[in-house]
Amino acid sequence: MAINHPPTFPELQAEAQRRWQGLTGGGRPWIRVGAALCGKAAGADAVLEAIDAALKQHGVDAQVSKVGCLGLCYAEPLVDVQWPGGPRVFYGNVTPQMAGEIVATHAASGTPATHLALGALGGRDDDGLPDLNRLPMRAREVRIALRNAGNIDPGDIYHYIANGGYGALHKALTQMTPEQTLEEVNASGLRGRGGAAFPTASKWKFLAGSKAPVKYILCNCEEGDPGAFNDKAILESDPHTVVEGMVLAGYATGASNGYIFIRHGHEGPIRRAQDAVRQAQELGLAGTNILGSKYSFQLEVALTGDSYVAGEETALMDAIEGKRSMPRFRPPFPAQVGLFGKPTNINNVKTLAYVPEIVAKGGQWFAGIGHEKSTGTAILCLTGALQWTGMVEVPMGITLKDVVYEVAGGIPNGKKLKLLQTGGPLGGVLSADKVDLLLDFEVLRAAGAIMGSGGIIAADEDACVVDLTRALIAFCQYESCGKCFPCRMGMGHLLEVLERICRLEGSPEDLALMRSIGENMQAGSLCGHGQLGFNPVSSALKFFGPEFDAHIKDHCCPTGRCQEPRFSPRSSRR
Amino acid sequence: MDGLRQRIIEAVHHQPQPTVTVLSSLLAVEDELGYIPKEAVEEVATFTRSTINDVWAVASFYPNFRFLPPCEHRVELCWGPTCHLKGAMPLIQAVLQAVGLPEEGDTPDGRLSLRYNTCLGACAQAPVISVDHHLMGRLSPQAAQDAVTQVLRSGANGTSHSRSGHGH
Repeated sequence: MAINHPPTFPELQAEAQRRWQGLTGGGRPWIRVGAALCGKAAGADAVLEAIDAALKQHGVDAQVSKVGCLGLCYAEPLVDVQWPGGPRVFYGNVTPQMAGEIVATHAASGTPATHLALGALGGRDDDGLPDLNRLPMRAREVRIALRNAGNIDPGDIYHYIANGGYGALHKALTQMTPEQTLEEVNASGLRGRGGAAFPTASKWKFLAGSKAPVKYILCNCEEGDPGAFNDKAILESDPHTVVEGMVLAGYATGASNGYIFIRHGHEGPIRRAQDAVRQAQELGLAGTNILGSKYSFQLEVALTGDSYVAGEETALMDAIEGKRSMPRFRPPFPAQVGLFGKPTNINNVKTLAYVPEIVAKGGQWFAGIGHEKSTGTAILCLTGALQWTGMVEVPMGITLKDVVYEVAGGIPNGKKLKLLQTGGPLGGVLSADKVDLLLDFEVLRAAGAIMGSGGIIAADEDACVVDLTRALIAFCQYESCGKCFPCRMGMGHLLEVLERICRLEGSPEDLALMRSIGENMQAGSLCGHGQLGFNPVSSALKFFGPEFDAHIKDHCCPTGRCQEPRFSPRSSRR
Repeated sequence: MDGLRQRIIEAVHHQPQPTVTVLSSLLAVEDELGYIPKEAVEEVATFTRSTINDVWAVASFYPNFRFLPPCEHRVELCWGPTCHLKGAMPLIQAVLQAVGLPEEGDTPDGRLSLRYNTCLGACAQAPVISVDHHLMGRLSPQAAQDAVTQVLRSGANGTSHSRSGHGH
């Protein structure tokens, strides 16, 4: 079918359906391979090569797609095979050798390699294949932002459109005013998923209130939080949900321009984002006169160098302007004077990824999921000492206990959970007896932890709290941008004290010294890096005081970890 | 005009994105050459109508920029909290020992550049390293050592500092 330029939305949908039918209804199998960062780190490239070689060897005609992250990172490399009309059969921890066997059986003859299969979607009760959605890691999931992740080829805009993509944008541009679009987001109760949990619609209203001709929507995918990779995974797995969310945010607020902001070097997410922006512009879904309407929104991808603080909203604006990424004084706030001096709104990748579904299904639908003022879902990265590591999207209000022991399968090797480190390095630690807490912004905050960007790192009994705290402060020290001296020097000072305690040379006065440094950092820093930077120490002291005492008073590390070699790279920004 | 300066000028003049800044120009040079020579600081200053001081201020702030020509191979070792808990310390010690370096840096023969990284983005597979921009996860110290010594045996990697060479 030839497409007129610019195509109408029904034409795009028809073309997308035609292409999707070709994949799922043609006469050949469709093989999907998880090839996001987590898949690659597990060896997806070698598996892809083995699949290609086996297809040639057996003379099998198959469509092979590199897809994003399904969330079951522990099972990567993950390969699934689907024959038209048949179930989608998943194979986990695939080696190149297994890939050859899967091709020789399932892809060549249509008979699933049942003994290798992890599970299936769309199977029958009697086919001997477990239902993938009954895996504990999948059973509690409600996938909104991750609805397409691992299912579609993120490099093909038609895959996104065939699965309902850009329908929300078409609906907003043809049936809704910008005010109505903003009201849907308001009714959803959506709150920012980057860490601050500020109501998204309130933020958008500040921007909508400005009549300036140039206004910016920024999508923050800096994501330097170690232990969190969900922003990169979304951009790599389903970039168009972010692009559509940004254009909708722009329409609702009357913004003219947008930037997707990513750290240089993360080539997978960068290339996916750049391709998605280009494809959306080519098909008239971003750029000038979107879908033939009067609304225009120019979008591009901006890169930063390595800098954790570049994820802070005002530092991010400085990085896009090409400067050192350092936070600015506020006021003026970004909604008045932001990027290039123009009114600016900044949202996290996850926040924007929800927007298309909220506009498509209505704010009330989203508000019906979750817990009290924490509506919707949480997109969690589960790492560390857990049976099943990966990325899940679960309704807000689930307990941490269910997350750790049910969704992630508990602690491996017969060990016990010691602590959870949540919300990134500025978050802090929670002791194992706090797992009855609900995943809810207010509940976690009241307990002294934060949800942050959704990273949950589990540590078992072998971990030393003092050593982990030192590692967290080493990170914070390394990443201080250096603008505010209480943060720049305070982090270094805290690290020296913690290293002393790790060497079992600490003194009882060191605890008061650290508290005093922490107070100064909180009072004298422009951004969260210094303001929250004492959290790892304060939370560790709160829950694990006796372990610090053992190091200081008894000169003994109960786990022995502090006797092992350690290092703390020093920042050049000191 | 010498070849190095020509490559720099082409890299800064052919940036695909509409917004061109000091930082984006430096990143374009790093993608092209794998480092920022002093000629690049001069050319970026001219191109962005900035000063050499201002360009140095940006270049020296971001630790991903290097100022010496790149080595044949580049290894990054993650020491973020998840990798730390999953054994990054013994892994890093093993790799340092294998290549004969006391800490991050270049080997004296210029064959290997070893860098610490705070997060390579694949925490579910911790501990993670990157060898010539290819991520490798779930590694024992021995496996990491083997991966690094193997890449050193393999000879020069032609893509490690080309424009397309920044993939993981």
